[in-house]
Amino acid sequence: MTDLPPAMPPVRVYRHRLPTRLWHWLNALTLLVLLMSGLMIFNAHPRLYWGQYGANHDRAWLEIGSTRDAGYLRVGSWKVDTTGVLGRWTDGEGATQRWAFPSWATIPTRYSLADGRRWHLSFAWLLAIALTLYMLWTAFGGHLAKDLHVRRGEWAPRHIWRDIKDHARLRFPAGEAAARYNILQKLSYIGVIFVVLPLMIFTGLAMSPGFNATAPWLIDLFGGRQSARSIHFIAAWALVAFFLVHIAMVLLAGPVNEVRSMITGWFRLPPAKGERA
Amino acid sequence: MSGIVLPRRQLIARAGGLVAAAGALPLLSGCDAINEAPAVRKILSMGEEMHRASQRALTDRDALAREFTRADLSPVFRPNGTRLPEGEAYAAHAARGFADWRVAVTGLVARPLSLSMADIRAMPQRSQITRHDCVEGWSAIGEWTGVQLSRVLAAAGLKDSARYIVFRCADRIGDADYYESCDLVDALHPQTILAWALNRQLLPIANGAPLRLRIERQLGYKHAKYLSAIEAVASLDGIGAGKGGYWEDRVDYEWYAGI
Repeated sequence: MTDLPPAMPPVRVYRHRLPTRLWHWLNALTLLVLLMSGLMIFNAHPRLYWGQYGANHDRAWLEIGSTRDAGYLRVGSWKVDTTGVLGRWTDGEGATQRWAFPSWATIPTRYSLADGRRWHLSFAWLLAIALTLYMLWTAFGGHLAKDLHVRRGEWAPRHIWRDIKDHARLRFPAGEAAARYNILQKLSYIGVIFVVLPLMIFTGLAMSPGFNATAPWLIDLFGGRQSARSIHFIAAWALVAFFLVHIAMVLLAGPVNEVRSMITGWFRLPPAKGERA
Repeated sequence: MSGIVLPRRQLIARAGGLVAAAGALPLLSGCDAINEAPAVRKILSMGEEMHRASQRALTDRDALAREFTRADLSPVFRPNGTRLPEGEAYAAHAARGFADWRVAVTGLVARPLSLSMADIRAMPQRSQITRHDCVEGWSAIGEWTGVQLSRVLAAAGLKDSARYIVFRCADRIGDADYYESCDLVDALHPQTILAWALNRQLLPIANGAPLRLRIERQLGYKHAKYLSAIEAVASLDGIGAGKGGYWEDRVDYEWYAGI
């Protein structure tokens, strides 16, 4: 017993600065409201098209609908039964509903396109303003250079492949290495902040008939208003996918330490091999 | 006039508290209680005002909506909202091919008018192939022909005190007549027309015969159909419930539907 070295105090690093923590939690709330109110808006016309126009008589590439006693999701010619979840489901009072997304997934829970739009269009401001400020801080406040900048060696395919393998085997960095973002983290954070979130905002703006008149180039960029609506929908699910992986990684890497660091900023470094007593 | 919205909302709103308390899903009902709270609704309506103010301030007020070619037309232009106004009076007009239909131009104008369809067609006409965007999310492209609203208002002599134009319609939904309104930026916009033709045919009844508004930079429910009167006013107070339109009054659709 006495031969063992004294337990090393856990090394704590200040990992997340205040702007990152503030934006993270504000964004979590904003995106949740935008997703749920967006699903309500989708319920008003649960069909997606490519091109400038698209309505009931036109061919939809994606559709959520119902037959007499089943709900379905159709993508192209692929169709899957979704009874109970999409297209045909039972509400809290036991009544059959035929809206695309169920009440537990929408804001508000009962069908109201008007209220869904109120929430969506208001929280879109929060998303856009907070993202703009955070992008500026990221670019000029050192976050990009210090934390997100992908170093030369990290671009090597071998390095990226090794990081993918480490993630797949749930082998997480420890010690000094855990203080920095790994390459997959960097790429996904950069992708969300600089690609997917701006894409959400611009495809959203491209659906505004008022803004279309002033900036027709934006709608041309996406190939038409209905294409913009489709891309908006796809990008929203890309964010949901990011969220699921993000949560899985937090849970696997140590949820208490990870969540605490996003609240207080301080992250406890997992001990490197050999440090464990 | 796109908007399939259940008119049950007011009833539900009143019963909302009870339902929330008894709901099987307390969390979700809690969310709905937040949704119904007057203070929350007031904050949320600021979002709309910010969109209107920023679009008016930052974008070109005279910018034209995209005009397409005949190759871009939707194969079928989907009607929505009222497809056939109820009542014998409208049916009688339709039977006579709207020969006796009149559109009154009243309110804050120097010379109130009562225009027949022949009067309207005798004025200079504008045709435009534009995209119609329903609030529900779908779009359709159609060719519209009619007279610019600005010409009608000029003929009537719009007074300086006029701030809004109100559009009265011959269709009734539930317990009230449809109506809409817009500010003078959109009323005097060159693409804002009173259309009597769709795709070079007389406007079908389902699309608003004999005359409908085209207000190209706003969503479909602003495009009032079955137009019977145009009124220039200084304020929207006292008209309907004061929010400037049928759906605005009933379910809180945005009055400014440019977003």
